[in-house]
Amino acid sequence: MDFALSKEQQMLQQMVRDFAQKEIEPIASDLDKEGRFPEEIIKKLGELGIMGMTVPKEYGGAGADTVSYTIAIEEISRACASTGIAVSVNNSLACFPILAFGTEPQRQRFLVPLARGEKLGAFGLTEPSAGSDAAMQQTVAVKKGDGYVVNGIKHFITNASRADTYIVFAMEDRTKGTRGISAFILEKGDPGFSFGTIEDKLGIRASVTAELIFEDCRIPADRLLGESGKGFKIAMSTLDGGRIGVASQALGIAQAALDRSIRFAKEREQFGKPIAALGAIQEAIANMATEVEAARMLVRYAAWCKDTKRPYTAPAAMAKLFASETAMKVATKAIQVHGGYGYMKDYPVERYFRDAKITELYEGTSEIQRLVIALNVIK
Amino acid sequence: MNIVVCIKQVPDTTDVKIDPKTGTLIREGVPSIINPDDRHALEEGLRLKERFGGRVVVLSMGPPQAMDALMEAKAMGADQCYLISDRAFAGADTLATSYSLMKSVQAVGAWDIVICGRQAIDGDTAQIGPQMAEALGVPHVSYCIEIAVDEDGKGVTAKRELEDGYEVIKTKLPALFTVIKDINKPRYPSVRGIVSVCRNCDVQTWTAKDIAASPKMIGLNGSPTQVARTFAPEPKGQGVVLKGEPEAVVKELVKRLREKNVVRVR
Repeated sequence: MDFALSKEQQMLQQMVRDFAQKEIEPIASDLDKEGRFPEEIIKKLGELGIMGMTVPKEYGGAGADTVSYTIAIEEISRACASTGIAVSVNNSLACFPILAFGTEPQRQRFLVPLARGEKLGAFGLTEPSAGSDAAMQQTVAVKKGDGYVVNGIKHFITNASRADTYIVFAMEDRTKGTRGISAFILEKGDPGFSFGTIEDKLGIRASVTAELIFEDCRIPADRLLGESGKGFKIAMSTLDGGRIGVASQALGIAQAALDRSIRFAKEREQFGKPIAALGAIQEAIANMATEVEAARMLVRYAAWCKDTKRPYTAPAAMAKLFASETAMKVATKAIQVHGGYGYMKDYPVERYFRDAKITELYEGTSEIQRLVIALNVIK
Repeated sequence: MNIVVCIKQVPDTTDVKIDPKTGTLIREGVPSIINPDDRHALEEGLRLKERFGGRVVVLSMGPPQAMDALMEAKAMGADQCYLISDRAFAGADTLATSYSLMKSVQAVGAWDIVICGRQAIDGDTAQIGPQMAEALGVPHVSYCIEIAVDEDGKGVTAKRELEDGYEVIKTKLPALFTVIKDINKPRYPSVRGIVSVCRNCDVQTWTAKDIAASPKMIGLNGSPTQVARTFAPEPKGQGVVLKGEPEAVVKELVKRLREKNVVRVR
């Protein structure tokens, strides 16, 4: 057993950390306050190869491993969780399914620009009536002539309106239940495809979340991703990898909350000494540090399972569950360590607190993660 | 255009501590980085290549761990990197180092331009670049803030920063330039670059023999400089804070500044 990062992973960590600290961290608070999508940062991350990190080189990616990918998402999210999720969605939820289930022409046409960071991707599964119960898809795709006509609404879609390429799930044959769901690749500008409400959120305010609206949206037959009726399977398999991304994002938020707490505890003086010298603060920080490290182990382990072709559904769910709940706990504690200052917008810990909450909700709530884990361990 | 860039691996701090007993740098616990000015030199080399084509070769003289700096340079886009490493180089002063680097540049083959950082943060001599140029027998322009290569790629108009202004110097190639940090913003190594350099391990090591260096000119043998003593300068004492009514304080301040000849008031 070897816990050390490889040379390659260390170099990637150093590079992404350097980039995140110099280019993202200084503007993270403004992005949050203005609710501004970090377009220029995403462009630079694309040039560095971070938008398609694990995609093989022949498809425009960088060919890195999943462990490196978790490190990158962690470091980016440590600076800005909104940027972290935009990157994670592109890698895990847009590039991955096209690579895993797409035809060669689909990979060339859609994957290559996504992996190069020239285009941005999104994933449309959730609907107003199909959240945790993702099988309840109301969006329908009807085969007509040499293509499909899609009708329906997707909501809470990360990157929506900013993204160019969308993986969209729709019911083709309701009588078949989940086996009637198919996956499609849609593009911004497809006739009948528009965007609805842009959500006003508690956290990750620099990430854009919007509705996808399909009104008699006509797409050619070659947009079907994978086989007809395999959509639900594609969605679940894609989300396994997505959870590793969200777990890494949560880990980054937790690490940032810990970093700031340590810094504040050393600077802030009460009772004639830095509060870091007080037992209560030491206990809080010791617990935070331990939980962050435990989360990191689970995240890296899930990534390692994926890299070594082991089953990773349960490890990914465990990593996502534990890291997201750790992010929430550690961010809450970080505010406590900061006292009243932590409640103010002058310090970033209130942002971490608001950003942490989403990690317990999207790409499967904590309840769904527990369900996935239970189904895997109770056999 | 064939470009050679020289870089040095240095401890990542400008607050270098010296072991009072041995007089040497304390390197433990201090991560190593590419010397900041050298990173700008590399960026300038990469930009010239992007404009004129050709290749960028990066050289670094140092111990085996300096390989890390060269791997990073490769990940940033250098075409070839060579680590100049041999126990025979140990104890080299700037003269022996610049000789060794000059021999390395010659070993690279045909070249048009050599770019170095102004100076390294661990030694701060700023001697290597100019000394190398002398050894190579080519002109050099130091402290460059701009290196404008003519369209035909044969000459350069370089702008160098001095304490009280700028100098614009025209020179023919081949030539050597040392650059300062304001010349550009260095790129980050790319993921693809990192993956490629780590999986291909294609940074070569050159020994004194590989660069045909004369044993008399390298290492301690080639170093006329002898370090008598290294020491950390005494920390400056606390400054004096004048307190009181502004008028009285200003009067007192002016008096003291006059006493020290900092200002003259007629």
